[in-house]
Amino acid sequence: MSIITTEQPGQPVVPHTRENFFVRLVRRESSLAWLFLAPALIILVVFMAYPFGYGIYISTTDAMVGFAGKNFVWLENYQRLLDDPIFRKTVRNTFIYGFGTVPFKLVLGLALALVLNQTFRFSRVFRAFLLLPWIVPTAISSLAFLMLYNGVLSPVSWVLVDWGIISDNINFLGDPVNAIVSLCVANIWRGVPFFGISILAGLQAVPDELNEAAALDGASVWQRFWAVTWPVIRNITLIATLFSIIWTFADFQLIYVLTKGGPANSTHVFGTYSYQTLGQTFIGDAAAISLYMFPILAVLAVMLLRYVRHDD
Amino acid sequence: MAMVGSNAKRNRWLGLYIPLSMFMVFLLFPFYWMLIVSLKPNSELLDTSVNPFLLFSVTLDHYAYLFTDTDFVRYTINTFVVTIGSTALALVTSIFAGYALGRFRFRGGTLMGALIFLCYLVPPTLLFIPLSQIVADLGLYNSYWSLILTYPTFLIPFASWLLMGYFRTIAIDLEHAALVDGATRLQAMRHVVLPLAMPGILSAGIFCFTLGWNEFLYALVFMSSGEMKTVPVGVVTDLIRADVYFWGSLMAAGILGSVPVAVAYSFFVDNYISGMTAGATKG
Repeated sequence: MSIITTEQPGQPVVPHTRENFFVRLVRRESSLAWLFLAPALIILVVFMAYPFGYGIYISTTDAMVGFAGKNFVWLENYQRLLDDPIFRKTVRNTFIYGFGTVPFKLVLGLALALVLNQTFRFSRVFRAFLLLPWIVPTAISSLAFLMLYNGVLSPVSWVLVDWGIISDNINFLGDPVNAIVSLCVANIWRGVPFFGISILAGLQAVPDELNEAAALDGASVWQRFWAVTWPVIRNITLIATLFSIIWTFADFQLIYVLTKGGPANSTHVFGTYSYQTLGQTFIGDAAAISLYMFPILAVLAVMLLRYVRHDD
Repeated sequence: MAMVGSNAKRNRWLGLYIPLSMFMVFLLFPFYWMLIVSLKPNSELLDTSVNPFLLFSVTLDHYAYLFTDTDFVRYTINTFVVTIGSTALALVTSIFAGYALGRFRFRGGTLMGALIFLCYLVPPTLLFIPLSQIVADLGLYNSYWSLILTYPTFLIPFASWLLMGYFRTIAIDLEHAALVDGATRLQAMRHVVLPLAMPGILSAGIFCFTLGWNEFLYALVFMSSGEMKTVPVGVVTDLIRADVYFWGSLMAAGILGSVPVAVAYSFFVDNYISGMTAGATKG
């Protein structure tokens, strides 16, 4: 602290040599750096690191909401969940949800980026509008899907019935298989713009001359993409993919709004099942359910950190 | 370019116009749907013999209902308070943290940068259970503070990384010149660095605003009493009713609830897009 007070305005500026200046700068810097970091770190420690540790503790107890007493039960909650059919389905759903959406988001997002990277009239307006699914609150856009998937009022069903393709409205959310496909489609819809914009930013770095030279040399569009474009956008594409896997894995809103994990607990992911369990007051089990996500999240996070560093 | 004539024209259709139209339909249809449903009279809405994609008569009844018969205005005020409060807190702390990470060389600096980045990857679904206990212990249930204090956990990591990258793009010589001229670190920061970093601070702010406005899980768990709900939570939990006459007002709430973020980002769309990728890639 004293280091800072010595340089309050109004103090005469002490003339000093060049080395002296840098020596003082370095010495001062480390303490000033921690001082600058302190407010952010305090918030992160109190509301993130501490809850994480506390969550591990809760997950090893039989605590219930509204009851003061709790007993330490070691890993019983985790063990019991392994035999819980709904939890098993939750794990399965999470993988279906991830593998059923991320590849589509990646391919469609790449296509979107390649389309938007061309020069055409009003391209900025299109770019702004096409990002909307990503900007708007998911809970709210999910409401639009809730209606698009409605058993009576769905316009999708209406068109298919009108064209004579089906005779009865589709039961989008009432059937387990339909429900999970419907959730995947809504998730893809929301995620495509994120891939699109991230990859588009990467495409700006592709040198035009190189592309044109390759074209003059007779390289096909496909060859040009792999030889010129892909190496430049590879890293950002991987980063966007890892982010998307993490977010999809830990999703809550979309499923909560559309199915709440139903029908008959068939579409839960970790977040919704944990929330439902909390609602049944079993807070120890609820904490264990959400902590089951941690190992996979940790692996993804380490991978992501490596790619982000690589990009420096 | 050598390509001219019908071949180039055909490529333009295949490579641009057709896929662009398909993306427009796929990505914007839900918004079109929300808009027309919010303006449709119930009689038309519930008549399945009428083409649902068109609007034959327009009514503002659903919007009026929202303002007179529901807590929507209250939800909107709550969301503004929480979002602006948490954005301000996150932005101020992140400017200092981002500056320290981007400018100072100190033992543990790289590690701190990596740890803060890792915080960005911690999803609310992992922490909401223990956090709900902590919020309860602090007596913050159904208080604005429950969200103003917890939202920064996901706003700070993002904002400080974005700002760290931004501060590094500002030439250090300018700052050194100010220091040599006798300015203090804080003066150099305030008068030299911050004005130059304004675009970065602005995009960090817009980002925090949209992330705060859109948050759902913490708001659902920590502010569950009727009059303290935020827009996304209130709309989802209170406006869906047992009868079928709620769709119009539900979609109207969807449209209105999207407006603040859509406006915030439309003004700064270019900042937003560059910020979105800078946060994840530069550092």
